[in-house]
Amino acid sequence: MTEFFGQWMPYEWAWFLATISGILLIALPLMLAVAMIIYVDRKVWAAINLRRGPNVVGPFGLLQSFADGLKVFLQETIIPSAANKGIFILAPIVTFTVALAAWAVIPFDAGVVLADINVGLLYILAISSLSVYGVVMAGWASNSKYPFFSAMRSAAQMISYEVSIGFILICVVLWAGSFNLSEIVEGQRGHGLGFVNGYWFNLLLFPIWVVFFISSLAETARVPFDLTEAESELVAGYQTEYSSMSFALFWLGEYANILLMCSLNTLLFFGGWLPPVDWAPLYYVPGIIWFLGKTFLFFFMFSWVMATVPRYRYDQLMRLGWKVFLPMSLIFVVLISGYLMATGHFGGQLG
Amino acid sequence: MIQTLSFYLFAGLMIASALMVITSRNPVHSVLWLILAFFNAAGLMVLVGAEFIAMLLVIVYVGAVAVLFLFVVMMLNIDFAALRAGFVKNFPLGLLVALILFLELFVGLVAWSAGGVELGTPDGSGAAPLGANNIEAIGALLYGRYIFLFEVAGIILLVAMIGAIVLTHRQRPDGTRARQDIGKQVRRRPEDATVMKQPGVGQGVEL
Repeated sequence: MTEFFGQWMPYEWAWFLATISGILLIALPLMLAVAMIIYVDRKVWAAINLRRGPNVVGPFGLLQSFADGLKVFLQETIIPSAANKGIFILAPIVTFTVALAAWAVIPFDAGVVLADINVGLLYILAISSLSVYGVVMAGWASNSKYPFFSAMRSAAQMISYEVSIGFILICVVLWAGSFNLSEIVEGQRGHGLGFVNGYWFNLLLFPIWVVFFISSLAETARVPFDLTEAESELVAGYQTEYSSMSFALFWLGEYANILLMCSLNTLLFFGGWLPPVDWAPLYYVPGIIWFLGKTFLFFFMFSWVMATVPRYRYDQLMRLGWKVFLPMSLIFVVLISGYLMATGHFGGQLG
Repeated sequence: MIQTLSFYLFAGLMIASALMVITSRNPVHSVLWLILAFFNAAGLMVLVGAEFIAMLLVIVYVGAVAVLFLFVVMMLNIDFAALRAGFVKNFPLGLLVALILFLELFVGLVAWSAGGVELGTPDGSGAAPLGANNIEAIGALLYGRYIFLFEVAGIILLVAMIGAIVLTHRQRPDGTRARQDIGKQVRRRPEDATVMKQPGVGQGVEL
């Protein structure tokens, strides 16, 4: 895109404009996708519960999310008098910004990525470790008991599951030999039996994909790990005191994070923009279609889990994170690096 | 140009937020300012071409250490008046620390003006001329030349971790605390736990 703008202006300005339009090209469709994915989420739950779901606003209720957005936008912003004002306002902004920032390194197709950096996966890990701050700040600044409990729960939960997610990412990085997300996806081309794309059928990587999927549920605080907003105990958790747009920003950030986790599942284990099978005719379908399709499939699994699984108790959540997932992912790091050492199979050049 | 501008932006913001860390009244605000300082430090690292270190700084310090700080500071009910009461008593100590820091900075500046270590120039031309990227270069150094030191560091951390667990772990006598046996819970079947009864009219159920 820099070359495109470069026809009319010096390089620096062209680069600047190209980056800005790249950001807009990711952020605006993402917001639209979040609005539609909330609708999809509600429709899937409704179908599983034998209900109709949203069906009034627009054809098939398609405009429901926009109606909700407008309603929230027109509401009054209430800031509790005992709240710590600056942090109270800052918290939803942090949540939302962090949720958007992580998309900078996600490759949608071969070469279609805003920042193709060497440390892409580490960047995602760094950004996702920030998402806890929005919640903790909101919980503390509200100066109310339920949000504070929720913030404490959320901080502990996210830190616990980030540890095992880190080890899982190490396994994938070891196998692909790179931290760059595009290179990780390319490493999955024709990976299985010479014609299946992706790491998911690999006996060493499939179990850690299962762990990764469950951990990503916990990381985004989805059912069965949504203890941060367990409405039977904590009203609405850290969002209790929020209203209007500040509430909507939490909501948008949460769903943008969920979509990010779905796309990470796609990129790391299911071949990203590559078609499922390494067969020439399938490559005529644009890569972004495969990428979005796979991401959508994972989102369907997320809402499927939400509609069917009961919530965990907090000690069970901690036990699962520290006593099951952490040792398991550690064992797989050892297993995979042992296998790679024994077979001399390395994706990178230094091996 | 842009490098110089962003250097001064990061550096200025870092110094300003570091000042706010020690001057703000509320300790939670202090921690949040500290996080901003970490961020700007990461930005400076990116500027000298050490993106791996920058990411590690964010992951380790912002993502883990500062969360723990925030956790503790939020949980404590801090009496702000009591905090300021010890000012006169701790003043000599503070002065000493400030003096040491000043001396260190002074020595560092003198060493720098004597032509110190060349790290990187504002336009990035002086960045380490490595054939490999950041991660590969660090990996090759860490697991090649410094493998022994690396293992020693790992063992020290392991010992520290085990020590912390040993110090905090207490074996409670049986019966004082309910223990959950997950395997036992999973093995339990509906037949062991429930009884189906069809009581007649006017009859009770024997449990």
